[in-house]
Amino acid sequence: MIKSELVQTIANRNPHLYLRDVENIVNAIFEEISDALAEGNRVELRGFGAFSVKNRPARTGRNPRTGESVEVEEKWVPFFKTGKELRERLNEDKDS
Amino acid sequence: MGGKTLTRAELAEAVYRKVGLSRTESAQLVEMVLQEVCDAVVRGETVKLSSFATFQVRDKNERIGRNPKTGEEVPISPRRVMTFKASNVLKDRILKAHQDRQPRESA
Repeated sequence: MIKSELVQTIANRNPHLYLRDVENIVNAIFEEISDALAEGNRVELRGFGAFSVKNRPARTGRNPRTGESVEVEEKWVPFFKTGKELRERLNEDKDS
Repeated sequence: MGGKTLTRAELAEAVYRKVGLSRTESAQLVEMVLQEVCDAVVRGETVKLSSFATFQVRDKNERIGRNPKTGEEVPISPRRVMTFKASNVLKDRILKAHQDRQPRESA
């Protein structure tokens, strides 16, 4: 499923909304999450999961091909932890 | 900057602000969108949201784990997990925003 299909599905369920509005709604949600992460905040959505940013300190790495040492800069990477309810739904058939 | 935790309430507020639906309907739509993504993933579909991220289901085989407290070996049953892969757009944005906030050492 890609974003336009998600928009279409939501639009079909909300015939009173314009497709353009639904597009703006979907974009607003994921932009808000992106903005929060860029600002260094977390986003916690019960049942779905939690988005956060992890810090990776600077380190000395090695080029695996040449064995040469390289300085790797400090990094910040987005991280997602799946929520409990979704994790359970993914395995419903197996657990019962 | 930083340190705050946002929830559905803030996402609904963003929809309310940007789209101009009522607060109630904004909250319902946030829920509907999240639910739809969940449902697609549970059906085994990959959800690709351009310039944000890709959510995908992966099957994990059984493996042997260890109870970190007792050291006891326990089998971890095969399971399905969801993976999150941030788009390059999102990764770059987060990295740049954090680097720009770092106090630069004066040379």
